[in-house]
Amino acid sequence: MNLKAMNLKTFKGGLHPPDGKEFSATKAIEVCPLPEEIIIPLAQHIGAPAEVCVEVGAKVKKGTLIATARGFVSAPIHASTSGEVIAIEPRLHPMGKALPAIVIKPDGEDAWDENLKGANPDDLSGDELKACIQAAGIVGMGGATFPTHVKLSPPADKQIDTLILNGVECEPYLTADHRMMLEATEQILDGIAILRKVLGIERAVIGIEANKPDAIEKMTKEAAARNIEVQALEVKYPQGAEKQLIDAITGRQVPSGTLPMEVGVVVQNVGTAAAISDAVRLGRPLVERVVTITGPGIKEPKNLLVRIGTPLQFLVDQCEGLNGEPAKIIMGGPMMGQTQLSLETPAIRGTSGLLIFRKEDLPRYEAGPCIRCGRCIGACPIHLQPTAIATYARLDLFDEAEEYHALDCIECGCCTYTCPATLPLVQSIRYAKAAILAKKRTI
Amino acid sequence: MENRLYLSSSPHIHSGETTDKVMRKVIYALLPATALSIYFFGLPALSVLLICTLGCMGFEALSCKLMSKPLALADGSAALTGVLLALNMPPTSSWWLALFGAAIAIFIGKQVYGGLGYNPFNPALVARVVLLISFPVQMTSWTAPAPLGSGLDAITAATPLGEMKTAVMLTGKLPELAHSGFLNYFTGNMAGSLGEVSAIALLLGGLYLLFKKVISWHIPVAFIGTVLVIGAIFWAVSPEIYPNPLFHLLTGGLLLGAFFMATDMVTSPVTDKGMLIFGFGCGLLTVLIRLFGGYPEGVSFAILLMNAATPLIDRFCHPKIYGQTEAKA
Amino acid sequence: MLASVLTLGGIGLFAAVALGIAAKKFAVEIDPRELAILEVLPGANCGACGLPGCGGYAKAIVDGSMAPNLCTPGGSETIEKIAHIMGVEAISADPQIAVVCCQGDNSKASLKYQYLGLEDCNAAQKVADGPKNCPGGCVGLGSCVRACPFDAIEITTEGLAVINRLKCTGCQKCIATCPRSVIKMTPLSTTTHVLCNSTDKGALVRKYCQVGCIACQICKKNAPESYQIEKFLARVDYDSAENPEAVVEKCPTKCIRDFSTGYPEGSSFSAPSPVKKPEQVA
Repeated sequence: MNLKAMNLKTFKGGLHPPDGKEFSATKAIEVCPLPEEIIIPLAQHIGAPAEVCVEVGAKVKKGTLIATARGFVSAPIHASTSGEVIAIEPRLHPMGKALPAIVIKPDGEDAWDENLKGANPDDLSGDELKACIQAAGIVGMGGATFPTHVKLSPPADKQIDTLILNGVECEPYLTADHRMMLEATEQILDGIAILRKVLGIERAVIGIEANKPDAIEKMTKEAAARNIEVQALEVKYPQGAEKQLIDAITGRQVPSGTLPMEVGVVVQNVGTAAAISDAVRLGRPLVERVVTITGPGIKEPKNLLVRIGTPLQFLVDQCEGLNGEPAKIIMGGPMMGQTQLSLETPAIRGTSGLLIFRKEDLPRYEAGPCIRCGRCIGACPIHLQPTAIATYARLDLFDEAEEYHALDCIECGCCTYTCPATLPLVQSIRYAKAAILAKKRTI
Repeated sequence: MENRLYLSSSPHIHSGETTDKVMRKVIYALLPATALSIYFFGLPALSVLLICTLGCMGFEALSCKLMSKPLALADGSAALTGVLLALNMPPTSSWWLALFGAAIAIFIGKQVYGGLGYNPFNPALVARVVLLISFPVQMTSWTAPAPLGSGLDAITAATPLGEMKTAVMLTGKLPELAHSGFLNYFTGNMAGSLGEVSAIALLLGGLYLLFKKVISWHIPVAFIGTVLVIGAIFWAVSPEIYPNPLFHLLTGGLLLGAFFMATDMVTSPVTDKGMLIFGFGCGLLTVLIRLFGGYPEGVSFAILLMNAATPLIDRFCHPKIYGQTEAKA
Repeated sequence: MLASVLTLGGIGLFAAVALGIAAKKFAVEIDPRELAILEVLPGANCGACGLPGCGGYAKAIVDGSMAPNLCTPGGSETIEKIAHIMGVEAISADPQIAVVCCQGDNSKASLKYQYLGLEDCNAAQKVADGPKNCPGGCVGLGSCVRACPFDAIEITTEGLAVINRLKCTGCQKCIATCPRSVIKMTPLSTTTHVLCNSTDKGALVRKYCQVGCIACQICKKNAPESYQIEKFLARVDYDSAENPEAVVEKCPTKCIRDFSTGYPEGSSFSAPSPVKKPEQVA
């Protein structure tokens, strides 16, 4: 397929780190077996944590509701296999601290809850479909885990005209979405059709980075018949960040401090679309996801279909184990992922990848003085001046940091990646953001 | 049992392009010009180069020790300052002049402000200008090139720009050399400071820096473009007194300044827009000083003056932030 | 010659007149007592009184909106002087200084992980709640050192914050910045403190720190007047403390320190001469 002829779109700024996708891009999705123990944290999405609705000792089936949503910006949680609830206690969460979780001992049957009934989306209204999505606990699968039904409920005064499907996967090393587009094409397209019906709009565009020509080809072939566009995008990080993706595809810029619906766009991850199809047609809630287990610290990198709550150690075991002593365990990708305290933590809904580096893969640099080279400014996809904000943050001058638009930072990490002085710029900006927001709350 | 795992805030990878690598690339880019200057001016040039470079590194180490700061030689900035200073010196400079220049560059130009990243002025240029004002005779004794192996002795000669200034002042007319000899200027066969003589070597180095993305195109293009355009305007008005813009381009320190001195990251603006303004200002001042100032050459003064304006430019040039204009509308 | 003399003289005269008029016209009335108070205040603008600077505090004392004894950095001497200026009786505040209640440096307390990144305690605290296994221990990245306006805090060679008892003025800036509330205000007159901030049970504390309080009650049993145990953590009862240093030797984990005998290991500070309480009437 001739990529040059595809009129690649993109945004201004950003950079292209070595993508490391060769480890797992060609590995077909395998189903991960059942672990000894499933640990399902209550906080798995942006918003209020779910509220437990089972007791210790309860027998659950795969898909049984075990925790209900607390408020509108929240999502219910379901058991990811059949078995017995053996504990409800704080367990190590990917955030790095012990947080309440439901622990299930699998019975080995992995039987679906027989109360779960699917439906034909053609028979349901938009609101009924949305209720289905909400009840299934669908959240953004790209990693942000924002409850999907909230994104699908724009206020009446906001006219939505475009649905963008995020198949960019610009984070290095991750290939979960890539494999989904190749292997679950049908579900993704079905999910897009449901999303269009919920939003009551026609235009849907799938954005895919040009380093996945096979996915672009397959998607284009299948999508044409359903009047869904496929847009190839330049290979550049963070092409898959919501605001940058909207800019690249529609040329619209989301005003600072607002949501994409402000410019008439809703963005959903391709994995989310597939989960929506399962939720509506099969009645199956979100209890599984594809996780890329990869990195030089893994013997046999793979893409696994993982039950939510499977401990990371078990995932590593499925990939022939560790390749040397791990130095950094990262949940997610290397640019925005979160380092983990141990492999005891479970995979949750936002776990797009498990990346392991050894000491030799991570050269250590001593941070030096800023040489004012301006690379961070050139790389910033929001066109901020990271070095200025970071300097103000170091001096605790948060008003000045705010004047330099610290709050617009999307924390993509481009500035830190490219800084020759190896300054932890994003961390400083994050620190400034927290301080500015704390100050705003007290006033 | 201690946990051996590393935890940190994202991102977890780095481009690997660190300060010392950036500095090293700039030094590589200066190699052709350095080699040609040694070819044209022989051993004296080599000794100036060595004294300046080693001197700067020595003084850097000394000042780190005096201020009990960690030794900062590894970042390569002192060595780069030394090479740049040497390229700005006349080839026959005596050893004490070069050493004194190195001391000024490091102590007054850089370390008093807090070292790398904090100096408002380009250290090598500070040293050059201090030397030029303090030792005008030594700093303007130029010699004609005596290429290695040619057996020629170094004979005193004026730089093309100097000769032009004298001729215009005495006769009110441009000398003959302003109309011909461009090929010699291009290869570097003329009198001048070590590094400014060979346009082709400087261009080669500059293009390497652009290709390696060590510098962006904004400053060199704005700088050289402004000199060419303004030079051309004057030339068009009266070609008897004002030289051809190509003469501006090939003689003196314009290429060295535009590619290697004005682009010094620490002392130039950080935004694209700011760099264009900076380049334009450098170009304008250069032409004005060359044509109307007391000194034949104006690149150093132009860059230093614009260095002083850099904080102001940075204050007013902000990139257009994503989604910012619509928010106000 | 004459012209230049006249020109220079004229400029000088004009400037003098202009300045004179400006001084009269834009003069600001200041209560002389305010200037006098500003004179005796330490001038560090530390904020211990609750206002951002000494000037503001001087003004507030004069207009009566604030009490004259709030300048802890100045100590009793300053308070007396201010009272004298204001013509009121000095109500001396009991001088309080800050103490880092932790001795678990890198050689004694175990790490949860190796931290990489911004050298700042608040930033490190955001990465999985800080690199130490102890939830209350000193992070040791020096946020308090940078916050201290009196240069009274250092990080020891083993990565522990230590406050110099002679330099600390009790302004509490370090307390405001510390993410783990490990710095506490204590009376200057007491030199013995429990240097532990972990409220975990003893068995757990033993796992991650060699010098943590394990709530063994030995101090309380030996000096019930001076010690209390709350949430598995001993503390000196400063109100009724009577020779709390007597049991320092008995503490099995050596988490009680008498500062008059020295600072924690690795500190460059030398022990101050012991400050004794005034003789109490038996």
